Amino acid sequence: MKFAEELKKSFFITLWLILLTFPFMAVQVNTIENAVIWRLRNIIFVGLAGFLLSFCWQLFLKRKSAAALIAPNRPSRLHRLMNEPRLYRPALIIVSLFALLFPFVFSHYQINIMITALIYVMLGLGLNIEVGLAGLLDLGYVAFYAVGAYSYALLNYHFGLGFWTALPVGAILAAFFGLLVGFPVLRLRGDYLAIVTLAFAEIIRLVLENWNSFSFGPSGISNIPRPGFFGLNLTPEQSAIYMYFLLIILCLLTVFVIHRLQNSRIGRAWVALREDELACQAMGIDKTKAKLAAFALGATWAGMAGVLFAAKTTFINPASFTFLESAMILSIVVLGGMGSIAGVIIAALALILLPEYLRVFADYRMLLFGAALIMMMVFRPQGILADMRKKYEFRPLDSGRKN
Amino acid sequence: MNGKHMDNVLEVKDLTMNFGGIKALDRVSLEIKKNQIVALIGPNGAGKTTLFNCLTGIYTPSGGDITVHPPQGKSRRLNGMKINQITALGLARTFQNIRLFGGMTVLENVMIGRHCRTRAGIGGAIFRPQGTRDEENDIVGRSYEILEYFGLNMYVNDLAKNLPYGAQRRLEIARALACEPQLLLLDEPAAGMNHQETRELEKLIVRLREEYDLSILLIEHDMKLVMNLAQNIFVLDYGEEIARGTPAEITSNPVVIKAYLGVENDAEIN
Repeated sequence: MKFAEELKKSFFITLWLILLTFPFMAVQVNTIENAVIWRLRNIIFVGLAGFLLSFCWQLFLKRKSAAALIAPNRPSRLHRLMNEPRLYRPALIIVSLFALLFPFVFSHYQINIMITALIYVMLGLGLNIEVGLAGLLDLGYVAFYAVGAYSYALLNYHFGLGFWTALPVGAILAAFFGLLVGFPVLRLRGDYLAIVTLAFAEIIRLVLENWNSFSFGPSGISNIPRPGFFGLNLTPEQSAIYMYFLLIILCLLTVFVIHRLQNSRIGRAWVALREDELACQAMGIDKTKAKLAAFALGATWAGMAGVLFAAKTTFINPASFTFLESAMILSIVVLGGMGSIAGVIIAALALILLPEYLRVFADYRMLLFGAALIMMMVFRPQGILADMRKKYEFRPLDSGRKN
Repeated sequence: MNGKHMDNVLEVKDLTMNFGGIKALDRVSLEIKKNQIVALIGPNGAGKTTLFNCLTGIYTPSGGDITVHPPQGKSRRLNGMKINQITALGLARTFQNIRLFGGMTVLENVMIGRHCRTRAGIGGAIFRPQGTRDEENDIVGRSYEILEYFGLNMYVNDLAKNLPYGAQRRLEIARALACEPQLLLLDEPAAGMNHQETRELEKLIVRLREEYDLSILLIEHDMKLVMNLAQNIFVLDYGEEIARGTPAEITSNPVVIKAYLGVENDAEIN
């Protein structure tokens, strides 16, 4: 009986889908010969695919709600895998070996793609401080990325500053801009904050685009040097390998710092701020300090990523720092799981690498991306790997920490 | 109980709070003595929670003075201070509608309460020097002690939002206690509790006062709880104080009976 009902529902969904797609799937107008070609076979395909998909959809939804009823707080399979040393240790070894050997096995082109992906890992982890931990929805994260990239490009152009000096300078400048945007938005939350940060990013981009004497406008800055290696001249291939390892090290540093922050006094304050702003203040947390720290620290990583980006591409212009970029980084955080380090890394790699390796479907890229986002939000709103709070172990009747 | 000024932990004088043209509080005064349990009662909309919000800095009062007298150190006027500064001065509160950090574990909720008594910053978090590690262990240890005291230690690693209702209420008090307050403000702690739970809460509050050397100000509609606990009761109605006194005085006060308690003295009003 239930089954028949589901079949009926799927049937109507299919009918609706056929109706919707009829004009462009079944009818083809040849304007040259003034003829209409009927492709009725397509309707059958649409019907079959629609029926199957909607049926699976219902099945998954049912399984999801059933699982939620039985065990609402059971850690997911991925989490259990991660907490099983016998399983995750070999996995970790394989991943590190792969990361070590990658540049020597794969082509220059692929190393470059991986470098881009690693830059996004850094960006995702940085934004994760703001959005994932502190709950500050920042739609203008790309502004800090731009600040980092332009500070290297301009400082190098005018003063001949090298990569290694520009890296901390870019990070500090971005942090400064983080404070700058942080101050006026201290009172804002949620959607209002999102709008203001979005506007801030647009301001930065428009300034870079129009202030020709400062930033060379839309034509951008070229001939930015790649990072030097003890004064040696590297070929582009060698430089890419060098850059790759540099990024691996910086990503590890990012993970280390964010992991430490996450379970510290300040990290807990951020999460409390995300959970309930008023209660958080009533527990003695200075909202102003916590928010500014989140903005500044989040921006720091974007600044570093920006310097690396400028050094990698050797050319930057404002077109690299559009809203789409912010949206991309935000999707990485949301898809990966707010506040979860491993989740964000997986999501960043997936979102950057998959489109590159699925060039065959390049035409459908955005369609697939949208579909994937919808599926995730319906079936796994908490992200690929939701943030799990740290667990503490105690012996009974012992107040000290065992852990 | 004489020596007027010295043993007050909190003094409120002529406190007024206007929202536009509405006077939510009109020249309300009250004093809380050290180690005393004081109750604030009155019908819905009388301004009890508004008073709490003024005391804890959520609202900036339109007029009057709020003064704390910390056991050591000099008296401070609280008007216009930030919420977290007031907490640091020793006033901690719970909320009428539970406001726990649902996505954090029970232990972490209490650990947040330790925030204003600890110092580690960003540098400490990243480099984790010995001092920060000691502090962190201290936070965990003390928080666990408080959870044990409240009988919540079986939930340590559970998310706060998954706790049963009564446990959530207790956790709110535990969290406030972790701030090391000298004055604990409880906003309807027994709301939604059954008879049994209310009795346990009563015992808990008495124990808390003695063992943690606290003064307690509570808003409550459960008259039995109020009469059993409070040494001093203030009655608010339409933002004005209409009576104050011991439980016996309040229950026989005709004004209070008319405004709030109803015909029978011992009627339990919810």
